This record gives sequence, structure tokens and C-alpha cells, in this order.
Amino acid sequence: MLLVETIVMAWRSLGANKLRSALTVAGIMIGIFSVISVMTTIAALQASIETGLTYLGSNIFQLSKYPLNFSVVGDSRFKNRRNISYADYLRFSRLMGTEAGLICPKVWDNGQQAVFGGRKTNPNLELCGTNEGFTTANDFQIEDGRSLSKEDVEFSRAVCVVGQQVFQRLFPQGGAVGQTIRINERKYEVAGVFASKGGAFGSNDDNTVAIPITRFFQDFGSKNRTIYLAVEARNQLVYERTKGLAIGALRRVRGLRPEDPNDFEIYSNDSLAAAFRSIAGIIRIGAFVISTVALIAAGVGIMNIMLVSVTERTREIGIRKALGARQREIRRQFLLEALFLSLFGAFSGIVLGVAAGNVLAAWLQAQMVFPWGWSLAGILVCSAIGIGFGFYPAQKAASLDPIEALRYE
Amino acid sequence: MPNEIAMEPRLARSGADVVIRIEGITKRYVMGATTVHALKGIDLLIRRNEYLAVMGPSGSGKSTLMNMLGCLDTPTSGRYEFNGQDVANMEDDELAAIRNREIGFVFQTFNLLPRSTSLQNVELPLVYAGVPASERRHRAAEALFRVGLMDRLHHKPNELSGGQRQRVAIARALVNRPSIILADEPTGNLDSQTGREIMTLFENLHEGGNTIIVVTHEEAIARHARRVVRLRDGKIESDHATAHL
Repeated sequence: MLLVETIVMAWRSLGANKLRSALTVAGIMIGIFSVISVMTTIAALQASIETGLTYLGSNIFQLSKYPLNFSVVGDSRFKNRRNISYADYLRFSRLMGTEAGLICPKVWDNGQQAVFGGRKTNPNLELCGTNEGFTTANDFQIEDGRSLSKEDVEFSRAVCVVGQQVFQRLFPQGGAVGQTIRINERKYEVAGVFASKGGAFGSNDDNTVAIPITRFFQDFGSKNRTIYLAVEARNQLVYERTKGLAIGALRRVRGLRPEDPNDFEIYSNDSLAAAFRSIAGIIRIGAFVISTVALIAAGVGIMNIMLVSVTERTREIGIRKALGARQREIRRQFLLEALFLSLFGAFSGIVLGVAAGNVLAAWLQAQMVFPWGWSLAGILVCSAIGIGFGFYPAQKAASLDPIEALRYE
Repeated sequence: MPNEIAMEPRLARSGADVVIRIEGITKRYVMGATTVHALKGIDLLIRRNEYLAVMGPSGSGKSTLMNMLGCLDTPTSGRYEFNGQDVANMEDDELAAIRNREIGFVFQTFNLLPRSTSLQNVELPLVYAGVPASERRHRAAEALFRVGLMDRLHHKPNELSGGQRQRVAIARALVNRPSIILADEPTGNLDSQTGREIMTLFENLHEGGNTIIVVTHEEAIARHARRVVRLRDGKIESDHATAHL
């Protein structure tokens, strides 16, 4: 018998029990959906992180009280550490001398709102008190005007450089440089505009406003604030030496004895990417395990429904056998039905999973991706499940005695 | 395929017109602790274009013999040759191939696939014979034409009367040009008027050269046949030609 005939027959008998088929398909779909949506999201984030959406500039590492992983903010392990103060920063700079290419202190306030004329930003600005090194340290480009200067910091001038999103929000007609915006009822002259950079790790770099760190402490106070120290090595060759010296310098500033562990974190783009990879790995394993369990459950569902189907259609099987169907033709028909059920589930799960994963990725401002490898794996696994769990019912159907089957009511 | 079989030398010796040759077949079933001897040594020779009725009360071994004749089952012992092929010792799939090529079944309960149209039902034996789709449709339509259902090609069984359903089943039995048509109580589920129409159809098929075996317990049906074989207690009680009307 031709394969086409078998496919048509299998298709027709699935169509005869639409609800039942759909429910069985849903089981497989959920299993595939869970793995594909998670893998799509992770792949999208990873693609974004590893293709240039970098938080820090090259040859730069950062020292801070907290690791740059937002989930641990509030963790008492980190919270109870002493803040890095402005005085610590000044002493650290003196100790580093000329070793570092630049040292950029950063202190953040993430709940401010900028106003210009009648226009306002959302009250979630990432306001940063910093110095002239900020543009390089955080890998920004200047689109218009200038960066903060040494003098801005020295004289604690009320100037700012605004991110692309802030600029577009407040100055839809352009011409920001030289205008005065207000943040928390204080006036700042716009000295420059950053080019768009996008975001990563749930933050949005285009929502940044940089002001001189000296001005920041005057206007917003220094209580409960900790400085993030970005340090640039002069080149890749001296990177490790600079990093070692910086750690030593900060330990001295903080008065640590040789046996004390560091009470601060050190990280770089590479370590951020590595941290992400390790988290992604754990999430992947979790999604994989959950999906495997879901797919096995769905496979049992397929087997169950196929056994019901074989029993219901005993007489049909008897007729087919009387008319000359061989065992392999009956077996193939039922196997194909099981395979169809699981492949429908696989395809709909992939479509929904990729859609959901990319929606999530878009929300996290990552690139859209299609996880070819995981989709292919999903289809192969589902085929194996369809055939594996469909085999026993199909074999049962194929080996029915035609006389008994014809007599079945 | 049937031509190759016709060339076998065994058949030439036994006479080219012998379709079924049964010698001393027995059938035993083990049912729990007891063994049932359903057939206790049957000899039967059926020639091409015979019209044979198999009769007997229930428990006579009638159904067992029908299953045997239809190659749905194999005997415990004895010889069974179908068109010169030894079917007594065949495997399931070989028997399926014999059923597909050589036997057209007509059942009491019609046994049509409920979700398929007349045409699809009649096509089914051709599907298993590997006949290409266009030829299949053509031959199925032709078979339905022969039973007078040309205008019911795309009806499903539940849209047809009992008589029409049995005609579809007969068309399905004819479509593969089998060596025998094996009918099991073909009028059992029909009213007597429709039953007579079906028997007239068998009459016409017999006159057209078909070999027909009808299994029945009704004398009125058996009278249509040219030869009646009566079974009792697993043995042939009598085997003689009828005074055909």
C-alpha cells in the first residue's frame, strides 16, 4: 500500500475525533512550548550580550560593593559591606597614580525625573554622578555637544549629558545642547547628548543622565550611597597587572588585613558574559528537565489515546484485515496517527514558543532569534515520542485476530 | 498474479477449473479446560463458476468452515489448496494477500467503514493491492455500476438503506475480480423483499462467471444455489446438487 494512502487514512481518522486529537496534541505542545520559549529567550539575550551590547568599554573592569547582578541587591552578604565613599575614591585614585588609563567613579540614583518646558521623562531616569571618564568607561559615543570635563567635576558645575531616550523625550525638535533641564527642581545645562546604545540586564543605557559627581553629592546627598569604580587598563598587556594593583589599592583604602577576603566585587564585560552564561546554563537545564517530564507525560497521553482508538476501531481493523491489509499496513496506519499527533504538537509548540520567547526578548531589548537547533531537536524528539509511545498500540492493532476483530461489537 | 498461479503444474494435474481443494481438514480450539473439535475431517472440492450453499445448524462448524474457506483461519490438520496454493500452512500476511486477491467477502452486517463513502469503501481492497489511485477510482465506480449504485458514489453508509449498503459490500467484494465470493448470511439483516433483490444480484453474478459460496441457515436462500453442502457436528452430512428453479 502506498504511503500517501496511509497518510490520508490516518489524517481522516484523526479528523473524526477532533477534540480528542486536539487535547492530545496540546500535551505535546505544552512540553515543546516550555523548552522552546525559554531557549528562544536565552538565545536572544545571549546574542545581544555577545554581539556588542556591552555594558563596559574594553580593557575596563569595575570594583563595587555589589556584584552587577540585580537579583542579589538586598542580599545581606553584600548589603552589610561598607559603602565606597567619595573619600575612598580619592584615596584609591592617589594610590593608583598613573597606572590606570582612567578611573571613573559612578554613583547612581534611579528614580529621578527630568523636565524641560512642558515635557517630562518617566520618573525612572538612571541618574549618574560621575567624571570625565564616563563616556569611555561605559562605552558611550557622543552624538552632539561634549562629554563631561575635568573642570565640570572640579567646579561642580550644574551640567549634564543626556542619553538618547531622554533627549528624544524632552527635545523632539532637537537642539538640546545649551538648553537647561530640571531634575528634582534643580537646573542643569545640557552639555552633550549620548548616541543610542540600547540596554542589557534589564537596564536601559539610553535612559541615562550623567552629571559631575561633585554636583551629584551636593544636590542629592551622600548618605547611603556607594560608588562604583570603573578602571581602565592602559592596554590588554597590562590588564591583569592593573587589576591586581587596583584590588590591592582598594584593600588598603578599606583597611583590610592580609587574611581578610575582599569586601568588594571585581567584574568586567567578560565576567558579566560568563556570569550570564552560567545562569543561562542553569535555566536551560531546568527548562530541559521540565520539558522532558512534560513530553513523557504527553507521550503517555498519546499511548493512552491510541489504545482507546485501537479498541474503538477493532471492527474497522477486522474489516481491513479481511480485505487484505497486512500487519505492517495496519501498524503503519496507527503509527502515523501517533506521529501526526506528536508532530502537530511539536509544530504548534515551536510556533508559540518562538513567538513567546521573542516577545520576552523584545521586552528585554534583545535581538529576535529563531532557535533552529532546538526546534529541530524538538521535532526529532517528538517524532521519537510519537513512534515510541505509538508502537505498542499499533502493534496491538496489527496483531489482532481478524475473526475476533470482525465479531467485535 | 492470478495468471502465474494458473500456470502452476499442480493445478494442471488436478484440473484447471478447481478453485478450492480441501482434504481431511480438522479444527480444534482450546477453550479453557475443554477442547472443542469444530471440524472433524472435511473433504470439499469447489470448481470455477460453482454456486454453493453451506448449511447447518448453529454449532455444526459452519462458521469455522467459512473462516477456513475465507482464509481468515488455518486448519489444525489436513490439506487446503486455493488455486493450487497450499494455504493450510501460510503466515498471517500471506493469508492477507490471498484474501486480497482471491476472495470477496460479503457479511451479514455489511461491515462497511462508517466514515468513508461508497466509492472509498469499494476502493479499499484495491488500496491494499497497491493499485494506483486513478485506476482504483475507475474500477470502484465500475463495480458500483454493476450493483446499480452509480448514483450513490459519494454517500456514506448511514445515508444508504440496508439493501444499498449490502450492494456496496458486494461491489467491494467484486472489485478485485476475486476467484470466489464468500457471503455469510448476506440477507440476514435485510427484509425479505430486499433479500430477494440481493439474491437476484448473486444470480446475475453467477451467470456472469463468478464462483459464489453462500453460508446460510435459511432454506429459501440455499435454494438459489446449484449445490448444497450440509454440515452437522463438524462433518459433512450431505453434499448434492439442488433442483434449481
